[in-house]
Amino acid sequence: MSAAANGCSVACLSILGNRVLRKEDPRFLRGEGRYVENLPLEGALAVTFVRSLLAHANIVGIDATAAEALPNVQVITAADMDLGPFGPPPFPGLNPGMGHPLIAVDRVRFVGDIVAIVISDDRATGADAAELVSVDYDPLPALVSPHDAAKDEVLLFPDAGTNLATRTGSPEHDEKLFDGCDVVVSGTLVSQRMAPCPLEPRSAAAELGPDGRITAWLSTQTPHQDRMVLAGTLGLDPAQVRVVAPDVGGGFGAKMLNVEEVLVAWLARRLDRPVRWTETRSESMVALPHGRAQRLDFTLGGTKDGKVLAYRLESLQDAGAYPVLGAFLPNLTGLMASGVYAIPRIEFEGRSVVTNTTPISAFRGAGRPEAAQTIERALDVFAAELGMDPAEVRRRNFIPKDAFPYATVTHAVYDSGDYAGALELALRSVGYDDLRDEQRRRRAEGGATQLGIGISTYVEITNGIDETEFGEVEVTPDGGAIVRTGSFSHGQGHETTFAMIAADRLGMPVENVTVHKGDTDEVAKGTGTYGSKSTQIGGAAARLAADKVVEQAKQLAADYLEASPDDIVLDPALGRLHVAGDPAIALSWADLAARASADERLAELKAEHEFKSAPSFPFGAHVAVVEVDTETGRVELLRLVAVDDAGTLINPLIAEGQVHGGVATGVAQALYESFVYDDDGNPLTATFVGYAFPSAADLPSWEAVEMETPTPLNALGAKGIGESGTIGATPAVHNAVVDALAPFGVRNVDLPANGENVWRALQEAKA
Amino acid sequence: MTKIALTVNGSHCEADVEPRLLLAYFLRDELDLKGTNVGCDTTSCGACTVLLDGESVKSCTVLAVQADGCAVTTVEGLAQGDELHPVQQAFHERHALQCGYCTPGFVMATVSLLKENPNPSEAEIRDGLEGNLCRCTGYHNIVLAVQAAARAGA
Amino acid sequence: MISTAFEYARAATVDEAVALLGRDEDAKLLAGGHSLIPALRLRFSRPSLLVDIGRLDDLRFVREDGDRLAIGALTRHAELVRDPLLTQHCAVIAEAAALIGDPQVRHRGTIGGSVAHGDPASDLGTILLTLDAELVARGPGGERTIPAAEFFTGPFDTALEHQEMLTEIRVPKATGTYLKHVRRAHDWATVGVAAARVDGRMHVGLTSMGPTPLRARSVEAALADGASPADAAAHAADDTVPPTDSSASGEYRAHLARVLVRRALERL
Repeated sequence: MSAAANGCSVACLSILGNRVLRKEDPRFLRGEGRYVENLPLEGALAVTFVRSLLAHANIVGIDATAAEALPNVQVITAADMDLGPFGPPPFPGLNPGMGHPLIAVDRVRFVGDIVAIVISDDRATGADAAELVSVDYDPLPALVSPHDAAKDEVLLFPDAGTNLATRTGSPEHDEKLFDGCDVVVSGTLVSQRMAPCPLEPRSAAAELGPDGRITAWLSTQTPHQDRMVLAGTLGLDPAQVRVVAPDVGGGFGAKMLNVEEVLVAWLARRLDRPVRWTETRSESMVALPHGRAQRLDFTLGGTKDGKVLAYRLESLQDAGAYPVLGAFLPNLTGLMASGVYAIPRIEFEGRSVVTNTTPISAFRGAGRPEAAQTIERALDVFAAELGMDPAEVRRRNFIPKDAFPYATVTHAVYDSGDYAGALELALRSVGYDDLRDEQRRRRAEGGATQLGIGISTYVEITNGIDETEFGEVEVTPDGGAIVRTGSFSHGQGHETTFAMIAADRLGMPVENVTVHKGDTDEVAKGTGTYGSKSTQIGGAAARLAADKVVEQAKQLAADYLEASPDDIVLDPALGRLHVAGDPAIALSWADLAARASADERLAELKAEHEFKSAPSFPFGAHVAVVEVDTETGRVELLRLVAVDDAGTLINPLIAEGQVHGGVATGVAQALYESFVYDDDGNPLTATFVGYAFPSAADLPSWEAVEMETPTPLNALGAKGIGESGTIGATPAVHNAVVDALAPFGVRNVDLPANGENVWRALQEAKA
Repeated sequence: MTKIALTVNGSHCEADVEPRLLLAYFLRDELDLKGTNVGCDTTSCGACTVLLDGESVKSCTVLAVQADGCAVTTVEGLAQGDELHPVQQAFHERHALQCGYCTPGFVMATVSLLKENPNPSEAEIRDGLEGNLCRCTGYHNIVLAVQAAARAGA
Repeated sequence: MISTAFEYARAATVDEAVALLGRDEDAKLLAGGHSLIPALRLRFSRPSLLVDIGRLDDLRFVREDGDRLAIGALTRHAELVRDPLLTQHCAVIAEAAALIGDPQVRHRGTIGGSVAHGDPASDLGTILLTLDAELVARGPGGERTIPAAEFFTGPFDTALEHQEMLTEIRVPKATGTYLKHVRRAHDWATVGVAAARVDGRMHVGLTSMGPTPLRARSVEAALADGASPADAAAHAADDTVPPTDSSASGEYRAHLARVLVRRALERL
C-alpha cells in the first residue's frame, strides 16, 4: 500500500504505517543466512556435551578412558573446572544456594545436566566418544511434581535447606475477601510445561584472539547482556569480551546466555583453539530452558448481576532444576492478575520450587499468559454459574476507556486501552450472534460434533521492567545512514522496521538506511530483545538519535549554505535540507555527506540516544470457534479472530506476522503441546516426534483485525506485539472447547485440550 | 569411505564419503552449501528439504551414498542470478518468513508441491506442507505465499 | 545426532542383497530408509553393514494378478497413493499410504521397508493384516510366501529371517476403509482402524493397539453372528494391549478403537 493510499497527503508523506517488504529477506530466501553454525571458523574443534541420563543422582565416578582412546579426543570433567556455579541470577529473594555448576559436581539434577565435555576434531567422533564416557551414578529419588517438591522431603540442594527458590505476594488470607459476593467459583488451571522450539537449535563458537580478547558467536537474543555475564563469569574485564549474534533462528525467550555458552567461551580460552558447539534437537529439547509450568488455583466471587468483587490467585511455579528467569514468572503473573477488569479486591501468592526437570525460563509471554489463562477461565466459570453470556460478563467488568492511566490493585499502571472496543470489534468480526444461533441449532440436533465459541479479552505488559535501549544513527559518506541498535532481531524484522523509523525522520528512502545490531564491538551498548520491548524503546531510541542527527545536519548545512541553523529546514519528502521558504537553496543528504566527508566533518552527522520507558500494556480480544467430536474428543479449530492492539503500528505487515506466529503458539498450548516426564524424571517428549509441535495441516488461517490505540509513553505511540497473540489465543481456544462441552456438564478441560483430555473431561462429567 | 558422484544444482561433483554421512551434512560441510539447515534429528521439521531427482526429500534422512548418481537441488540452486525463483519471490512479498531458519526447507517443499499440484486448494497446501515446521509465522503467510506462487505459475 | 559407523554396499539384484546380508549378522537392508535412518541417528539401531536395495527398481510396481494385486516391495508410498490399479481395486491401500508421514517421507518410504520394520504403529501393516495379504520373501534357499497373519511377530520383529528380503506383497481386490486418529496430521497413528470386505466377510484390523498390528477377531465374530456395527464395535478393544505413551494412554486408545471401528463399519 502506498502512503497516499494509506490516507496521507504528500505533505505528510511518511513511510511509517506502510507494509514495507523486509530488507532482510533475500539472504534467508537464498540460503545465505549467517547462523553461527554456518560461520567459517578455521580449525575449530567440536564440542560435545555428555549429559546426564538420570534426573537425580550422585555421581560416583567418571571413566573417560575409552573415549580418550579415540583419535584426538579429550574429555573434560568437573575436576578440570576452575569457575564457580553459574547463577542464580541476582534477583532479590532468590535462594542464593541454587547455582548451576557449569559441569555437574557430585550430583546431577535433571536429564540433560552436563557431566562431561568431549573435545574432538569433528562432530561424528564427538558423538562416538560421548557415548564411551562412562558415568557411574548412585540414583536419588526424583522430584518431578512441584507439589511434591514443595514438601521439602527430598532436597535438590541440601545446603539450601529447602526446594523453595523464591516467593512473591502474600500467604496471608483475608477471611473477608469474598464478603458481599452472591456467587463464588473456584478452579485450578495448569499452564503446562512447553518447549520453546526455535527452529534453529543453539550454536555457540568462540575464539581467543592474539590480543587475548575472546570473541563468542552466539545464537542469542541478548548479545550485550551476554557479554557482561560472560565477562563476569570468566573473571574478565568486559573489554576483553566480544559477543557477536549473527542471524539467529528464533528464540521466543529461551535463547539467553546459559551454561553451554559459558562453557564454549571457557573452552576456547583453556584450549587456546577455536571451538564450536551446535545443539542437536534431542539435546535442545532437554537442555534449552522450557516455559510455563505453573499451577494456578483461583477463586473468584461477584454479584449475581455479574460484577466481580474479589479474586484470589495462588501460583505454584515449577522452576526446574536450577532457578533462572522461570522462578520469577509468578511476579508477572501476580502483577497482571487483574487482567482487563476492574476488580476491587485481589489476593495473590506465588511460590517457585525446584524440581528434577529442565530449568524453566521465559517463553513467549512469560508469566503473563498464565495470568490471562486463569482470569479468562475464571470469568467463564463465573459466567456459566450465573447463566450469563461470557461476553456480557466481560462487558460488566472492563476497566472503562476513560480510566487510563489505570492502576490495578496489584500495582500495574496500565497506560492506555479500550477493552470494550476490542471485544466489540472481535465479536462483530466473528459474527458472534450468528455463531451462537448455529450453536443452539447444533445442540438441539444433538450430533456427535458440537460447536464451541470462546472469548478472551486480555491485557499484557511489555518492556516490563522499565528498560533503556540504545540507538545510534550515522550518516554514511554516500548520504545514506546506518542505524545501530542495542535491540536485537531473531526474526522480528528490525532491519526493516528500524530502518523505516530512521528513514522517516531523516527523509531518506528506506533502502538507504541499514540497520546494524548484534555485535558488541560495533554497537556500544544494548539490552537485546525479549518481553516485546524492541520497537517501543529500541525503535524510539533510533528515532530520537535520528532527530539529533537532523539537528546536527541543520548546523552543518547552515555552515555550507551560509545561513542560520534556525532557518534550515528538512524537507522529509525529498530528503533535502534547505533554507526555510527557499527550497532552491538546498543540500541533499548525498550533497551534505560528500561535503562533510571532504571536510572531515562527517562525524558531526552521527548521534546516539538512550531511551528509557515505563512498561506499556498491549491488549486485545480473541474469539475462537471450535468443533469438538464428543466421541473421540478430537478438537478442530475452525476460526480464530484476533484483535491485538499494540498502539501505533510502524509496519503492519511485520506486526501482523508477529500476531500470526503468536496466535499459533497460543493455539499450540491450547490444543497440542505439553512437555511431559515420567515419574522418574525421564522426558517423554524430547523429540519433535513426541512433542506435538503443530504443522500447517493442524492449524487454520488466522483472522487478524487491526486496532490501534497509541501509547503516550513514546513518540512512536508503539507498544509491544511479539507476545500478544500468544497471550490472547490460549484462553480463547480453551474457553471454546469447554463451551462446546457445556451441555454435557463439563466445566473444565485440562490443557492441552487434545482428544484425550477432552475425553477425560467428558468421562468425569458423566461420573 | 565410499566414492560418490552426483549433480548438485547442475554441477557435477565427486567425493569420498563415510557411509554414515547424511546428505544434509554432505551439502553443508563438503560442498559448503549452508542454505540447507538441520532443525531436528527425527525427520520431523523439514528444514533440510532438498529436491532429489526433482522430488522433495528430507536430506537429514538420506545418506549421501544413497544420492550417488542423482540430481540434487538445494535452495541455492533456485534463483537465477539476481532474480529470485517465483516461490522465493512469493515468500518475500507475503512476509512468509521471519527468522528464516525453516525457510529454505519450506521453499523447496513448495517447489515440489507445486510441481505435483500446480493449483492446490488451501487444504492441499496445508497438507502438502505437513512435513515442515515453522515456529515464527503461524503458517498463515506461508499458505498465502504458496497460493501466490501458484498463481504466478511457479 | 549422528549414527554409529557402518559399512555400505549397494545391491544390484535381490540375490546379491541376500548374499550381502549373509556376510554379517548385524547387516541390515536399507530401502527408502525412512524407518531405519531415524533409528540410526538416534543410535537405536547399530548395524555393521547397510545393504542398499533402493535401486532395485524392478521391485517398484503394482500389477494385476487375477483377482489379486501384486505390489513390489520397493514401491514408494507416493506411488501407492496415485496408482490407478490400487485406486480401482484396493483403494484402502492408496488412502492409507496418503496418511503416512508427510510428502517428503512418502517420496522415499517404501511399502516393503515399512512392513519389514515391524512397527506396531505402521498403517500399512494393519492394512495388509486386515486384507489377509501374502508377503513374498526371498532368502538363500529361494522364495517363500508368508501369510500376513504370521508375518508380524512382535514389536519391530517379523517372520523374516535374517537373510530374507521382502520382494512382493499380494493383496485381494477389496473394498475397505482406514480411519486414523492422530494428534497432528503427520503423526503416527494414535489408533488406526482398517475395515475391509474380503471374500464376503468383514475383516477389521487395528494399529497401535498392541505389540503388532492386530485383527479385531471379536468384532469380526460378532459381525459374522449378525451384530450391528455399534454392537460389534463394542468388542474392538477385546484382547488388545494398547500401549500408554506420550501421545495417549492405553485407556483412551481402547475407547478410540471402539469409536473408530463403529465408524469404519458404518462407512462400509
